[in-house]
Amino acid sequence: MKTFSYTIQDAVGIHARPAGLLAKLAKTFTSTVTLEKDGKSVNVTKLMMLMGMGIKCGDTVNFTVEGEDEEAAAKAIEDFMKENL
Amino acid sequence: MTKFKGKGVYGAIAIGNAALFKRQDEQVRRTHVDDIEAEFARFEEAKELATEQLSEIYEKALKEVGETHAQIFEVHMMMLEDDDYNESITNIIRTQSVNAEYAVATTADNFADMFASMEDAYMQARAADVKDISNRLINCLTKGESAGQQMSQKMIICADDLAPSETVSLDKESVLAFVTAYGSSNSHTAILARNMNIPAVIGVGEDFLKAVEDGKRIIVDGYTGEIILEPDAETESAMQKKQEDDLHKKSLLQELKGKENVTLDGTKVNIYANIGGVDGVGAVLANDAGGIGLFRSEFLYLESPDYPTEEQQFTAYRKVLESMMGKKVIIRTLDIGADKQIDYFNLDKEENPALGFRAIRICLTRPEIFKTQLRALYRASAFGNLGIMFPMITSVSEVEKILTVCEEVKAELKEAGVPYDENTEVGIMIETPAAAVISDRLAPLVNFFSVGTNDLTQYTLAIDRQNAKLEPFCDTHHEAILRLIEMSAKNAHAHGAWIGICGELAADTTLTEAFLRMGIDELSVSAPFVLPLRDAVRKLDLSK
Repeated sequence: MKTFSYTIQDAVGIHARPAGLLAKLAKTFTSTVTLEKDGKSVNVTKLMMLMGMGIKCGDTVNFTVEGEDEEAAAKAIEDFMKENL
Repeated sequence: MTKFKGKGVYGAIAIGNAALFKRQDEQVRRTHVDDIEAEFARFEEAKELATEQLSEIYEKALKEVGETHAQIFEVHMMMLEDDDYNESITNIIRTQSVNAEYAVATTADNFADMFASMEDAYMQARAADVKDISNRLINCLTKGESAGQQMSQKMIICADDLAPSETVSLDKESVLAFVTAYGSSNSHTAILARNMNIPAVIGVGEDFLKAVEDGKRIIVDGYTGEIILEPDAETESAMQKKQEDDLHKKSLLQELKGKENVTLDGTKVNIYANIGGVDGVGAVLANDAGGIGLFRSEFLYLESPDYPTEEQQFTAYRKVLESMMGKKVIIRTLDIGADKQIDYFNLDKEENPALGFRAIRICLTRPEIFKTQLRALYRASAFGNLGIMFPMITSVSEVEKILTVCEEVKAELKEAGVPYDENTEVGIMIETPAAAVISDRLAPLVNFFSVGTNDLTQYTLAIDRQNAKLEPFCDTHHEAILRLIEMSAKNAHAHGAWIGICGELAADTTLTEAFLRMGIDELSVSAPFVLPLRDAVRKLDLSK
């Protein structure tokens, strides 16, 4: 299991477009990618639920990546967050 | 002739005939089904068709509005694949033995409600995306056709509201403008209209829908948000003139956009814009200003029935800073009194208000008002490139008092762990002759000066600017004023500060050369003057 935290820098937060891209990216791995904020967590492949978290600029979210390709998945997700959010 | 008012989302003028937007907006009926498996198959088939349509729309959007904005349709396709969305639909079909249309409509309502109930305006607008994909699915289930309208001539599309996919599906060649009765400026439809360069006015209201009919003459002013239905000949020709001027200005804009504000001999100057509210940012960006040189904060106080809270102010400042994406934004603290009065401040009536209790004088007398604004400003500083400017300065001690309050505010924020930008620039207005004369003593205390030429003129010449009778005596190019500006510029530079001009004189292109020769670093003008001023700067040669 790999975990890491990230604080959202993007002005509008995890909105539709990046949420879509994030879900798409997570689906390319077999590992389960879970995002947690304030005790609520969501599987990031679930786009609507992810958007429904209402994650805003300045929020810190915790990722948990678990599965066979967790190493690569965690790195890809972290890179994606840094680049897009 | 009838006029309506909405919110313009793309500044341009269109004159033409109305076409009501038609869609297959069927009432979804709940019917009982026996063969649940067959219903699942219908749903899967419809989903496949909807995905196909969306991918066509995506390709079209890619060409017309670019990848960034086309991606929303990719997101739509992914929303269609969303596990929870699909599970909800199949669950409703299975447990209630109902038709797929009903299951989709019910699911759409639930998910749209989830978004609509969120605090964030951006997320609220996502409810429309859920409705959009669901309507497409329902259309695929019932008819297997997508909305789309053929028109023989260019028309002004009038609708209750347009979904993003409907907006992009419209044939751009046949659309002069859109007008919608509802809708938010945060919606993708508004964003798409902006990117398709189609004049659009949204939120015009229900009355408009009742009044408009196919083929009726209509004028859309995307600048003012005004809609004129069945204009008289005089209005139409006036608007035609406005349209021509607008097109001319746009061609100038195209030519000058992205170009530097540099003279023939290589002297550079920043050209910024003045705004009086959050909604002015659109015009600032559209006119390619390098920043905001004067953001008047009074609107927050004028539009509020009581003192605006720190949170209200913070939200407004942050929004402007974020929208400017790292470009300089100079916000001027409260400047009321004189000709701008607000009831809840309970200010006494004054014999001579222009020389009275106003601006920084109010702030230094009532520190609670001042501190609230400064806290909001410093908190917002973490979200962009902020400069804070203080009006009506006449003495060194005033500036020292102001800086003490700023330090207090910063210390409190630090203590509370609230982020702010330590490098936030502070500056003062040079709008009294006193400030200009002692500018050598003020400059070491601040990062910048900004000359407010309107007040500086009235105080220097002892001429009331509200009194029309005095106009023959009011020489705005008076040597005394120019000398005060020059003196301030010299003193600013001697102490490492920069100097700008944010009054009306900044836009006066007959003075641009004089200002550049004085070494003025920045000119801040109302947004429509930015490009004409850039044009003037680029034609100057200071080496001669």
